[in-house]
Amino acid sequence: MIEISAPPARILAKERLIPGQTSKLVIDAPHIARKARPGNFVILRIAPEGERIPLTIADTDPEAGTVTIVYLVLGKTTAALEQLGEGDTILDLCGPLGKETHIEKVGTVICVGGGTGIAAMHHIAKGHHMAGNRVVAIVGARSENLLLFCDELESFCPELEICTDDGSCGHKGFVTDILQKRLEEDSEIGEVVAVGPVPMMAAVARVAKPFNVKTTVSLNSIMVDGIGMCGACRVTVGGETKFACVDGPEFDGLQVDFNELNKRLTAFKPQEAISYEEWKKSHGQ
Amino acid sequence: MANSDNAPKKPKKPIAPRVEMPTQPPRERTGNFDEVALGYTREQALAEAERCLQCKKPACVKGCPVEVPIKDFIERLQHDDVPGAYEVIKSTNSLPAVCGRVCPQEVQCEGACILGKKGEPVAIGRLERYTADTFMANSACEHMNGEGRSCAPIREDLKVACIGSGPSSLTCAGYLSSRGIKVSVFEALHELGGVLVYGIPEFRLPKSIVAQEVDALREQQVDLLTNWVGGKTIEISELFEAGYKAVFVGVGAGLPRFLNIPGENLIGVFSANEYLTRVNLGRAYKFPEADTPTYPGKHVAVFGAGNVAMDAARTAVRLGAERVSIVYRRTKGEMPARVEELDHAIEEGVELQILSSPLEFVGNEQGFLKSVILQRMELGEPDDSGRRRPVPIEDDRFELECDLAIIAVGTSPNPILLEASPELKLNKWGYVKVDETTGETSMANVFAGGDIVTGAATVISAMGAGRRAGMEIARRLMDE
Ligand SMILES: Cc1cc2nc3c(=O)[nH]c(=O)nc-3n(C[C@H](O)[C@H](O)[C@H](O)COP(=O)(O)OP(=O)(O)OC[C@H]3O[C@@H](n4cnc5c(N)ncnc54)[C@H](O)[C@@H]3O)c2cc1C
Ligand SMILES: Cc1cc2nc3c(=O)[nH]c(=O)nc-3n(C[C@H](O)[C@H](O)[C@H](O)COP(=O)(O)OP(=O)(O)OC[C@H]3O[C@@H](n4cnc5c(N)ncnc54)[C@H](O)[C@@H]3O)c2cc1C
Ligand code: SF4
Ligand code: FES
Repeated sequence: MIEISAPPARILAKERLIPGQTSKLVIDAPHIARKARPGNFVILRIAPEGERIPLTIADTDPEAGTVTIVYLVLGKTTAALEQLGEGDTILDLCGPLGKETHIEKVGTVICVGGGTGIAAMHHIAKGHHMAGNRVVAIVGARSENLLLFCDELESFCPELEICTDDGSCGHKGFVTDILQKRLEEDSEIGEVVAVGPVPMMAAVARVAKPFNVKTTVSLNSIMVDGIGMCGACRVTVGGETKFACVDGPEFDGLQVDFNELNKRLTAFKPQEAISYEEWKKSHGQ
Repeated sequence: MANSDNAPKKPKKPIAPRVEMPTQPPRERTGNFDEVALGYTREQALAEAERCLQCKKPACVKGCPVEVPIKDFIERLQHDDVPGAYEVIKSTNSLPAVCGRVCPQEVQCEGACILGKKGEPVAIGRLERYTADTFMANSACEHMNGEGRSCAPIREDLKVACIGSGPSSLTCAGYLSSRGIKVSVFEALHELGGVLVYGIPEFRLPKSIVAQEVDALREQQVDLLTNWVGGKTIEISELFEAGYKAVFVGVGAGLPRFLNIPGENLIGVFSANEYLTRVNLGRAYKFPEADTPTYPGKHVAVFGAGNVAMDAARTAVRLGAERVSIVYRRTKGEMPARVEELDHAIEEGVELQILSSPLEFVGNEQGFLKSVILQRMELGEPDDSGRRRPVPIEDDRFELECDLAIIAVGTSPNPILLEASPELKLNKWGYVKVDETTGETSMANVFAGGDIVTGAATVISAMGAGRRAGMEIARRLMDE
């Protein structure tokens, strides 16, 4: 019988993947772990007057009842999250949200991940692997020490390509260089998936377009409720307005208006700066 | 000619004027988020109650969607018996402090009041509010059940789930728990109350009032689960698997509609839902003490003219906008908002840009809104709704400068639960189809009510639906 219980969302394990910048949390949330699929995200809040922020579910363990998130410290909420440790609880954890990744058996899938997006990409790649697809992973970061999830990806991807901007590891250059080459060499690619910064996803879509291959991107538009009630997360896809939280967050990358998304992400820049500065001051940073 | 049945008991007594309700002066209140209408004092309430004629055939009750025995509760007030009055109201209405504040009384009870035929109707809403507020000092169980009665023992074996925590679900939960049924409420957001907390602003309905009504349920041993999304965290079929005997769906009609005109995704164009949710649920009026930011607007244009539009406009005034305009295709007389809210908005300096319809939003290079192009309209023949249809005046366009646009032109059904439950039959507008007398959906023992059935409506009609479903569920589970 299904049990209706929601223990406090306690952090069971914390790993500082990139100290001071990116961490991974394993959180006790059996009711969410039970339902979470690749592509889903959670919305969390860590303080009574705190903001609701969306974070991708990077992994789940339904047996253990845990969900894993990986975040990049960008502003006040993520900085405050970084102050929490094992044993602390997350005030509100809501999910799983968003549509799950549409996974079909298509043969070879190229999964491209950039920066913190590698974590989310990893969960999608795992889904493709479980469905019997051959997953080629291409990951990129500015420098070797900013790479994530390479061991996990290596464990199930027959091929893992690494790119760094400074050449400290793997190919010196962009993920799109490798993607371009693969698409040229291999005409059997069933799908390209890209998760990462908006300019990276836009570039992947640009590269993939001439090859006419299905290209899925995961959009990180600004969200408030995450359940389709505010319209904050709207994006233009194929000329139509879609709500990233309920229609997405994954969309056909060839149809997305990345330029508009990029602009909309700047809507609250001045307020975000105020928030973060005040927080830093009050935390002696 | 007055109907003899309804002839006043003491004829020829001149009708006393309605007792005005004290409000915060407009100049003060635009600088804060405190409640605008302050409520009656005891003397004012007694004086107003005294105006009621105690009609033999009271028309007021028929005007009330949940049929509060208005005449009876006012009679108790005439004898200064507040607990008695409260018990009478509570016999049909579980959220009187809310209803006394937000119901459109002028078209419901007060619209029907017989006194209104000659002079001003009895201020029934204000008396309801006075009764509820005054009684609130008592314990929550007494709130639910009337003074002197204790809570019914809760039977853990009879479980009912309510999805959503707006007025429809809260009413359903209140009714069922008062019959001894164990209720769990599943709310997707982190706060309970639905539109009452994330939509209607603090200055019209303080959160503490909603919290009090919610606490009354908690004391009735209702389990209140926040951050649970019906259709995502839990599905309807899974609730039955978990032992629930019936499910009430009260998820509201939250998906905002947009105008579908060019420029709508510019930065600075918001749905009223987003704007109000940031401010109310996110407490953005306290930013940066609260983390959720709101968007500052100097020149604000609000599209639509219902309660939602008024709330958005008055919120913008309080957040420091220099000029706030309500842009509406028809004229002031056709505006659907409660009259009190429209009057308050105008007192607070909100301008009405009537007979104007938006054509296009104009932005700058960085994607920020600069202005909106409006089409001038005139009123033509009445349409199906009986209101005169707005018709564009050829080639008469003008530009209204604005850096914040708030769109309040209605909502559609929220897709999350409906997509996850394809067995739920919908009507042609996409709302849940129910049996009108019981509220039951096409799924056995699954009931629905409120905005998800009717489309955006009122608090009291949502409550009426919650109550009807609750009565039917109790009848089935307990052979009542
Ligand atoms: C579906 C989805 C999944 C995401 N998954 C991850 C993830 O797995 N790991 C991760 O590190 N980040 C993820 N993000 C981005 C993450 O939500 C933001 O980094 C976070 O909200 C920043 O909050 P802050 O208060 O620390 O910073 P802020 O100071 O508020 O903002 C910093 C920047 O983050 C972005 N941002 C701000 N608020 C929001 C918001 N409410 N929603 C989305 N973006 C916002 C803006 O671009 C802003 O410039 C995801 C976003 C979405 C929409
Ligand atoms: C700004 C504004 C002002 C208004 N002013 C007035 C007024 O003055 N007078 C008046 O009578 N009416 C007014 N209304 C209308 C009134 O508030 C609504 O008609 C009423 O709240 C509808 O009640 P409900 O129970 O159907 O749903 P709602 O109040 O909409 O509540 C639904 C709840 O369900 C939750 N939910 C949604 N989906 C899910 C899911 N899948 N799982 C779990 N939970 C979910 C939502 O988060 C929400 O909390 C106003 C509405 C708004 C938006
Ligand atoms: S409120 Fe109006 S209609 Fe109702 S009993 Fe009093 S006078 Fe009559
Ligand atoms: S975040 Fe509110 S609709 Fe998507």
